[in-house]
Amino acid sequence: MAEITMPKMSDTMLEGKVIRWLKHEGDQVAEGEPIAEIETDKANVEMEAFEAGVMKQILVKEGETVPVGQPIAVLETLEAEEMPPVTAPPPSEAAPAIEEKPLAPPEAERVKASPLARRMAEEKGIDLSRIQGTGPDGRIVESDVENYLKQMQAAAAPPPVIEAPSPPKPPAIEVPTEERELSRMRKTIAERMARSKQTIPHFYVTSEVEMDWASRMRDELNMDESQTKVSFTDMVIKACALALAGFPEVNASYSEDKLLMHEEINIGLAVALEDGLIAPVVHNADRKSLRRIASETKELAQRARENNLRATDYTGGTFTVSNLGMFDVESFAAIINPPESACLAVGTIREVPVVVDGQVAVSKRMKATISADHRVLDGAVAAKFLQEVKRRLESPIGLL
Amino acid sequence: MAQTIAYREALNQALREEMRRDPDVFIIGEEVAEYGGAYKVTEGLLQEFGPERVIDTPISEEAIVGTGIGAAMIGLRPVVELMTINFSLLAMDQIVNHGAKLRYMSGGQLQIAVVIRAPQGAGLQLGAQHSQNLESLYAHIPGLKVVIPATPADAKGLLKSSIRDNNPVMFLEHEMLYASKGEVPDEEYLLPLGVAEVKRVGSDVSLISYSRMLLLCLKAAEQLAGEGIDAEVVDVRTLRPLDAETIVGSVKKTHKAIIVEEDWRFAGMGAEIASKIVEGAFDYLDAPVMRVAAAEAPMPYSKQLEQLALPSADEIVSAARQVTGRRLETVDRRQ
Repeated sequence: MAEITMPKMSDTMLEGKVIRWLKHEGDQVAEGEPIAEIETDKANVEMEAFEAGVMKQILVKEGETVPVGQPIAVLETLEAEEMPPVTAPPPSEAAPAIEEKPLAPPEAERVKASPLARRMAEEKGIDLSRIQGTGPDGRIVESDVENYLKQMQAAAAPPPVIEAPSPPKPPAIEVPTEERELSRMRKTIAERMARSKQTIPHFYVTSEVEMDWASRMRDELNMDESQTKVSFTDMVIKACALALAGFPEVNASYSEDKLLMHEEINIGLAVALEDGLIAPVVHNADRKSLRRIASETKELAQRARENNLRATDYTGGTFTVSNLGMFDVESFAAIINPPESACLAVGTIREVPVVVDGQVAVSKRMKATISADHRVLDGAVAAKFLQEVKRRLESPIGLL
Repeated sequence: MAQTIAYREALNQALREEMRRDPDVFIIGEEVAEYGGAYKVTEGLLQEFGPERVIDTPISEEAIVGTGIGAAMIGLRPVVELMTINFSLLAMDQIVNHGAKLRYMSGGQLQIAVVIRAPQGAGLQLGAQHSQNLESLYAHIPGLKVVIPATPADAKGLLKSSIRDNNPVMFLEHEMLYASKGEVPDEEYLLPLGVAEVKRVGSDVSLISYSRMLLLCLKAAEQLAGEGIDAEVVDVRTLRPLDAETIVGSVKKTHKAIIVEEDWRFAGMGAEIASKIVEGAFDYLDAPVMRVAAAEAPMPYSKQLEQLALPSADEIVSAARQVTGRRLETVDRRQ
């Protein structure tokens, strides 16, 4: 749902008059399509829709004059409909306060909380939408946050033994040291990753995947210069998405007293930035073609590097893939991106001698390591899931 | 050692001590000399200081205040008594256009060290024209200081400081407080202007108030203590300059604020104080800042209606229950 407001069409424009609605309630609206004729202080201008959707409600009658910024119509956007039932922003500067919302409605209402409760929640890294407010009108107040913290502490048994990692203290090293302020992104990553490692009992399963066919198939796909190039990462994303369909417990979130089984498969892709990292999301990756995934990841990575991601681009992930293969990394274990319950870390593809039918042969191999939340799933499930990912990469025709 | 005396007597002591100390201090007003003051604050001063320093005037507030300001312009320290704040409206031009501005407009050549004392407030069935609280009118004006004590000790210490201050000071007393008693130190003391005081330390909610409403807050705090709500009571004491630091400090501790004023709510001091709280303690607030104030109407003459129009201790208690979440009840019947 998007609110359309009276646009500022000139520097001096303070108010505008709706001369004529070109779209009416119930009409389909394409992005960039004129929806109304507006009279400004200078001229009559056609106003275009910024997003596609259906005109849900017209708030201002023809002939009425309203100030700039006032809502004049409500557009039901397609994105709103497609918005997944989970919103899990990865490390990002944008919305640290709403992370880990398990089942937000499509148009998440602003959580009512007192400024104090908000500040406490931010300091403790708590998602306010998980707390039941007991104040007037259901407002979350100080005592609600305190009670929630107590419950969390009680639930976290046995308490993890951590050598007080926060707040980070300057190291007691007697060498000349420069102090640098943390960027907001760095801070968010630090806070989220520390919390993930402290609260989620991680375990790791590694397997080697034969990538001979996958390499050949990729080479063939990429021979067509006119098409978007497909990367190994894209293939891993698709393989994981297809595998997840058969392993709902890997596509789930842990929530205090229940498991949240997500009904969409949305794969986050860790993208390194100059001063941090972010995991934009390929939504419904199980239902998209490999080519489509390739063009989406390309665009998402581009937008991430330009710091141009929209909220929907990095929210709603249910599983994350991280690839450090380009750095000649053999294998590594990643930290789970909460509230997801698993992520897959893949290393570089290298040619190694292998024994096939008693003969030494050369084969392309890639190591994949799954990090899993033991509260949600156990070793055998993780192993079977990894096996399924491996099978799909080794018979890659199904990925197309 | 301390003496227990009435508010009016504390004011009388302050005037007497300052007049003994400084021959430039004199008193001017209606009935201040022969009659000893409409509320008996200047009783006995004519006898001690004579008619040159305790001057009865005709009934003309503009002339009284104008004389005071003129005297201040030549270096004297007049204490002007207005019979009630309601009559100060007749002297608005003198107070606002002259008293508050002459120092500024003369580039500091003139010093207007005048104190304008006047009682305000309701509760005595004096009708709509004689029951007003006009502190926010004067607190609005740059160049004026506004002092508004609630207790005898504060009244004495603050009046002495007001007389010694080199700026025009509106010193607002309360008709219902003149007979109220409290401990006052025997020895001489001064209280600084612009400094609030925490009159009761608490942890759950800050009741921020001044003048007679402070006594109501203290009473409400006792009742709240019985319900397990530990209220802190802040006496603002000076409205301009306003001690936002003490107020904000209290709210940072309790996370909840209720401002109690006998004045009307709309554009009253409570609005200014609430704004200061939001600016200084936004991230510490656990509930919206509330105000308890008078009904938005001229004060009724009827005794029952007058009591209903004025804030009560019960209303403060209800507001405190509401902000602390102890009871979800609607307090504000007049919004």
